[in-house]
Order: sequence, then structure tokens, then C-alpha cells
Amino acid sequence: MSGILDTFPKILLDNASRLANSPAIREKDYGIWQSWTWSEAAVEIRKFACGLAAKGFKRGDTLAIAGDNRPKLYWAMTAAQCIGGIPVPMYQDAIAEEFAHVIENADASFAVVEDQEQIDKLLEIKDRCQVLTEMIYEDPRGMMHYYQPFIHSYEAIQELGEKFDQENPGFFMEEVNKSNGSDTAILLYTSGTTGTSKGVVHTFDNVIITARNGVEREGLTSTDEALAYLPMGWVGDNLFSYAQAYVAGYCVNCPESGETVINDMREIGPTYYFAPPPVYENILTQVKIRMEDASWISQKIFDYFMDVAKKVGTDILDKQPVSFLDRFLYKMGDLFLYGPLKNVLGLSRIRLAYTAGEAIGPDLFLFFRSLGINIKQLYGQTESMVFVCIQPNGEVYPDTVGTPAKDVEVKITEEGEVLYRSPGVFHSYYKEPEKTKEAKTEDGWVYTGDAGYFLENGHLKIIDRVKDVGKMNDDTMFPPKYIENKLKFFPYIKEAVAFGHQRDYVTAFVCIDMQAVGNWAERRNMAYSGYTNLAAQKPVAKLILECIEKVNQDLSEDPQLSNTQIKRFLLLHKELDADDGELTRTRKVRRNFIDEKYPALINALYDGSEKIKVEAQVKFEDGRVDTIEADLKILEAKRIKQLEN
Amino acid sequence: MAEVEVATAASPTGKVRQIGDTILEVEDITLSFGGLVAVNDVSFNVREHEIFSIIGPNGAGKSSMLNVINGVYHPQKGQITFNGKTRKHMKAHHSAAEGIARTFQNIALFKGMTVLDNVMTGRNKMMKSNFLTQALYWGKGRNEEITHRRKVEDVIDFLQIQAIRKTPVGRLPYGLQKRVELARALAAEPKLLLLDEPMAGMNVEEKEDMCRFVLDINDEFGTTIILIEHDMGVVMDLSDRVVVLNYGVKIADGTPYDVCNNQAVIDAYLGVTE
Repeated sequence: MSGILDTFPKILLDNASRLANSPAIREKDYGIWQSWTWSEAAVEIRKFACGLAAKGFKRGDTLAIAGDNRPKLYWAMTAAQCIGGIPVPMYQDAIAEEFAHVIENADASFAVVEDQEQIDKLLEIKDRCQVLTEMIYEDPRGMMHYYQPFIHSYEAIQELGEKFDQENPGFFMEEVNKSNGSDTAILLYTSGTTGTSKGVVHTFDNVIITARNGVEREGLTSTDEALAYLPMGWVGDNLFSYAQAYVAGYCVNCPESGETVINDMREIGPTYYFAPPPVYENILTQVKIRMEDASWISQKIFDYFMDVAKKVGTDILDKQPVSFLDRFLYKMGDLFLYGPLKNVLGLSRIRLAYTAGEAIGPDLFLFFRSLGINIKQLYGQTESMVFVCIQPNGEVYPDTVGTPAKDVEVKITEEGEVLYRSPGVFHSYYKEPEKTKEAKTEDGWVYTGDAGYFLENGHLKIIDRVKDVGKMNDDTMFPPKYIENKLKFFPYIKEAVAFGHQRDYVTAFVCIDMQAVGNWAERRNMAYSGYTNLAAQKPVAKLILECIEKVNQDLSEDPQLSNTQIKRFLLLHKELDADDGELTRTRKVRRNFIDEKYPALINALYDGSEKIKVEAQVKFEDGRVDTIEADLKILEAKRIKQLEN
Repeated sequence: MAEVEVATAASPTGKVRQIGDTILEVEDITLSFGGLVAVNDVSFNVREHEIFSIIGPNGAGKSSMLNVINGVYHPQKGQITFNGKTRKHMKAHHSAAEGIARTFQNIALFKGMTVLDNVMTGRNKMMKSNFLTQALYWGKGRNEEITHRRKVEDVIDFLQIQAIRKTPVGRLPYGLQKRVELARALAAEPKLLLLDEPMAGMNVEEKEDMCRFVLDINDEFGTTIILIEHDMGVVMDLSDRVVVLNYGVKIADGTPYDVCNNQAVIDAYLGVTE
């Protein structure tokens, strides 16, 4: 074997001798965690790789993979790489049509999938995708009806492989040694929110160097534990559950099913964890709901120690000086509350947790950090093999994404777009040289499409997509989503739309959160008859005004955005709704549509009027149409003067 | 290449296991409670690997018939041959030992116990080790527990109830409790499974799931199934053969198609004017 560990198969064989008896991967099956050591995994992978070869899978061929996170599917990935093939993990819940696009585009001749459901999808598109010749399934349940000669069980392929290996003893090692760092490691498809999805080609160097840098920076070792529960088709899973696990040698745990993740997480107690903001939000909501059902005394203890945690928890985590008394109280809190709470949530052993994907609310972020969970934001893309920026330990601020990761250069164009160059920068878009050129310059800089800037402390702040960032009349940059997100972090605000492009000041539509504000009103014995009525009440307006002024306070602290403080706003008479076309199905605001639908309201925000009459048609889910009439008050918010430097 | 053929409810020919010889022969059964004749001189047979439905209006004697088959009620007249053994009187635990398992019209689970423990009780009759080794989880008792747990996990996986494995049954919604009951019956690895209105009180989605499970059980394990069900759509889709009872008397039997075109059946369900 050559000395340099520049491909995953080589790392695998190295781990198999170096960490022979440490667990490489676990899967909960039949109610127990079944584990495979690195040496056992290597045997399984070798069998499967030889089996693929016996079936005619050649160097350069692509292998489509679809299913929940399963050891056998991860092994299939390495197996393909062993014999020079390229794995293409797909999103398991994609419809057959989307599978067809990926399989055709990637010329996948083989597919390894989890179960009957995925096989059915493949059969549906078989006629269209002539390239696809062999299908392999992992879970035999319900497969006894399938007699097609091109459908095989995983075990059958492994058996073939064993025979093939005996007949061609030199084959496997020869193939492994043929590949090196500059060969393609993996083909990852972008989610396709902007047009059809593109295949991002990463070489072994791209993936392995990025993974190593991450491992070094955070000090991950072979004793860490990770939970593999996010889609295998997503770049993050490939990094956290595959690449870094190989490089650091830690164990990856596959939950029993999507529904059991919470239980399984508690049993495993991962030390290294990734979750997008909604997952954290869900955990916090669960905690809050369960606390409401708790006894009076438990609630008191919870409230008291959460206040202690809020006051000093993050400082203790960041190793800042904290008074002896507070340290003592925090210790007590750990004994009575934080420890047991983290245990219930499966977070007891977390050393490092990442979040990324979208903005995370500061309260949510601080809740976890104050419990002593080192949760950090990172910024990245499929094209960068995740890491562009990471928050360094001890320098975690809720509204930045940290400093550039090791070997990553970041610069900002004049338009405010973020560019980066790193070892993880993708090789190309598969079969799309034109698009590759558009996204990546000759000397390796990649356009992210995100607008952002560096703060004085060297942290990058991402504010919006470049195409959505507007300019105010005085040339101040106006990032609507950034402002809206800040508003939406308040539980009372469900949706918000900010205006300011080519205007003198910023204004906003605000939609209250019916449930949160409704509860708030009930506790104050306020009577209301429905959304429109509730939104029109004076105390509600005052409540929202307070939120807006807090946002203004926040914005005033950033000299670049100080001018984007909200001056006037109104509470909409109805919720923004995808059925009315105001939101996309993924709940993103459709700005153009709103500009066209509510010109009178927007005008009123700028012409100084105090109220405006609206008459709106509402479409109900059963198709009926009704009109609502309301007088909307336009409110003024205090703006905080910019601090003179 | 031929299109994939998935066995659907409507095409019993898609079955992997061919329907075999008669496994259960019910001959001239009469059961009465005092003066009330619940089942009157009913005969039919059920073949191996078959899904066989018993239908009829309320009070037709369907549940009584099931109770006769698994030995809870003892008929005054007639005999039952199961798996080649003919008998007149039988206790419920004998029928369980012979390989007959059932679910109940009203859920009969241990509410305070977890799903796992409930399903484990389905294997109780197969446990041979003594109480002490079981309680101490030692020696033979331990080994036995491990083998049985493995079987139970197969069933849990099959019915997709992993997520509620450790949940007390009393906390589960009705539809899931029904599924747990089915799991317990399956854990006994029965040759013949008696399902007494498994879909009663379920919403459409739960019904569809349950139908799928009934078909899968029949397919994967080859279990013969006798089903009592009121939802005619379900009966027509799932069954290989149907027998119709009315006031304890058999008025028809045959394929679902034959039965639903039988005048006597239509009369029994819709009533006749004199």
C-alpha cells in the first residue's frame, strides 16, 4: 500500500489496522445497537466492492445511492471508491422524477438503495433511464415479489464478491492503489432551489483536506461519537458522517428509523453533533411544553436555574471570569437541572455541536450555550465541501458565522457578494463546464450568491442573498431578509416583510403569531374575535412596537445597517399565506407578488397617512372566497441615533 | 423487461405462496346459550395460506364462531378439525399450543406495560425455563429471553412500531393499540390467525395500513387468516373466500364476487319486504 492516505479506501485500510477493534459504525436494529469495528467494516466493504466488480462495475462508473442512513449504504460508497467508481448519494425522499434527473445526469449504471420503496421508484423510471442496469437493495422486506434478474440483494452481491476475490486475489488492492487524491471522490447534487439541481464534483483532495482541517481545528478523535440522521444526499452528512469519521476514526451511529431519532440519540449520547436551526427549535419547544406540565416546585427550580444559566452560562463556557458565587450556583444548577435536562435530550456528552443552513435566533442559540453545550454556527455550501467559516471557541456571537476556516480565503466584492477560495472548492459541475465557469473563477474563487461583510473582529456576517439586497436612496445597503429574520425571532411575530429599496427609510408589514399573541391576550383577559380583530387591538400594537424598537436598537449597533432601522410599520389584517400566493410552499416571502398585491398599503407607509382602509379577498382552503374590511393603523417606531465613532 | 408485479389486494394470484389444502374444517357446529342459538349447524373449511372472512349483520354469530374455533366456547354439536386433529372440546390454551392466535374486538392488552412487554407475552407459552431463572435473568432463562426477544423484535420491525417499543400501551392512540395487539398475536408465530374486527373504529389511513399489514403477514409468513370485518370494501379486497352468517345460519360462502351477488346475502343485509 502506498504511504500517502489520499483516498477513503486507503484511509479505511489504515484505520482497519490502526483502529482494528474500535467501532466504526453502529446501527440500531432489532432494538439493540449492532456495531462493526473498522476491521469488520473493511471486510464488508471489500466483499461488496468485489461484488460490484463481478457484476461489471468499472473504474469511472457511477453508483447511485438512496435510503436512510444505513451502514450498508455508507459501505457501498467506500466500495465504489475502492474500485475507482463514483458514489452519488441521493435524497431518499425525492420523487421518482428527481431520481431520474440525477441518474440520467450522472450516468449511474448501478444503484444501491435501502428498500422496496426506493426500488419501486427506480422501476418507475427504468424505461427512461436506460443507463441504469443493476439495482441492489439492502432491506429484503417485501422484496420476494420481485423476480427481475437485474434486482439483487446486498448479500447476494457480497457473496459474488467473496468468490470473485478468491479468484482474483490481487484485484482489490491493485484497484485501491490505482486511485489518488486528484481523482473524483463523490458527486453531490445541489438541492435545486434555483433551477434544476447540478452535480457537484469533489475530488478526494477536496473532501479529505477539508475534513482533516476541520478535525484538527476542533480536536476530533477516534473516541468521538456522531449521529447520522440527516439525508445522505446532503453534503453535510457526507462530511460529518463519512469523511470526518474516516479521517478522525470516530464512530458513526445510524438510528433505527426517522421516528426514533430522539430516543436513539439519548442512548448514544453523541459528542459531535450537527443540526439545522429548526431541530434545535423543536427541542426547546419540547422542553417548554413539558415544563408547563411539570409541578409547581419543578417549574420554580427550572426558572431559577435557567436565570442563573442565562446570566453566567455562556461566560463559563467561553472561559470568561465569573464570580465565585455565580460559579457555585451554576454548579448547583448543573446538579439539579442542566445535567438531567441534557441527559433527557441526549446532549450530555456533546463536546461540539454545529448549526448552519439559516439564521438561528439569539435566544435559541443562547439557551443551548448557557446549558454548557458548545453550539457553534458555521457557513458553507455544497461547492465548498461545507466549511467556509466557523465560529472559533470562545468567540461565538449569535449573528455572525465566525472566521474563515483553515486554508480558506474569503473576500467581499464591491457589490457585497462573498467569495471564497479553499482546498475544498469543488472540481466542477458534472458535465456543465459553462455553469462551472459562471460560479468559479480561473484562479479558484467561488461566488456564493450571498451578501455579507466582515465585522471589526474579523467575523463574517451573512445578511441576505445578493439578488435580494437593495439600495436605499442614500446608498445604504438594504438587506430585507436580515431585518425580517430579526423580527421573526420574536415569538409574537410570525411573518414580516421589509421595504426600503429606493426609499428614504425602511418600513415593514408585520403578521402577528396568532397562537403566541392569542395566548398573551388571554392571559390579559383581552377579548378578540379572530386574527383581524386581534391584530387591530391597541395593546397588541404596543407589544409589536416594543419588538420593533428592540430590532432598531440592534440594528443601530452595526454602523453598516444603522440606517435600515424601521421607521413606520403596520400590522397586516391577515396572515401571509401560501394559498394566497404571498409565500412560497417553503414559507419564503414572494416580494414581487406582495409589491403588486398591496401597492396602497405600501404607499400609505411612505405618504405619512395615519391609517388606511383595506378590503381584501381571502381564499379559504375549501375554495370559498370572502372579503375582509379593516382599518389598518400605521405606527411609528423610535429610531436610535447612530453612535458617532 | 416485464413490469414489476406487486401483489395487490385485488389480485390474489400475485401471492407467492399458493393456497394449499384444508387446514381448518368446521363441521355442523351448533352453539347455544340457553334457548338462544348463536351458531346453528354451520360448516365451512379454511385452506392453508388463505385469507378467509366471516361476515354478517350484527348478532349473526361471527365472534361466537371465532370463540368456538379457538376453544373459548364449547359447541353443543359438531366438530372441528385443525391441522389434521379432530376434537370436540378444547381449552383456549390448547388451541394456542396448536398454533391459533387471535386479536380481540375490544382491545385486550396490559395497559400499564410497555409495547415490548405486551408483545413478549405473546411468546409466553413457548418459554420453558422456570420462574426463578427468568426472574434472575440467569442461565437457561436468560438464553431463552434473548431468543424470544429476537423473534419479538422481528415482529416489531415488521409492524413498524419501533418508535413506541418502550411506551406504555395505555398512552398510545387506539389505532396503534390495535397494531400492538396484532403484534402480540404474531409473536406467537401462529399457523392460523383470527382477527376480530381489526379495523373497527379506525380512520381511513389507519385502515389502509392495517390492510397492508394483513396482506404482508399472509405473504411473508404464509399465515392463514380468518377475518371478521364490517367494512365490505376491505373484505372484498383482502379475502380469498368469504362465508356469510345470518342469525347463526350460514347463508352463503364462496369468492367475494360470488358472495356479493348472492340474493340471500343481499336480502340479509338490505332486508326483504314481504
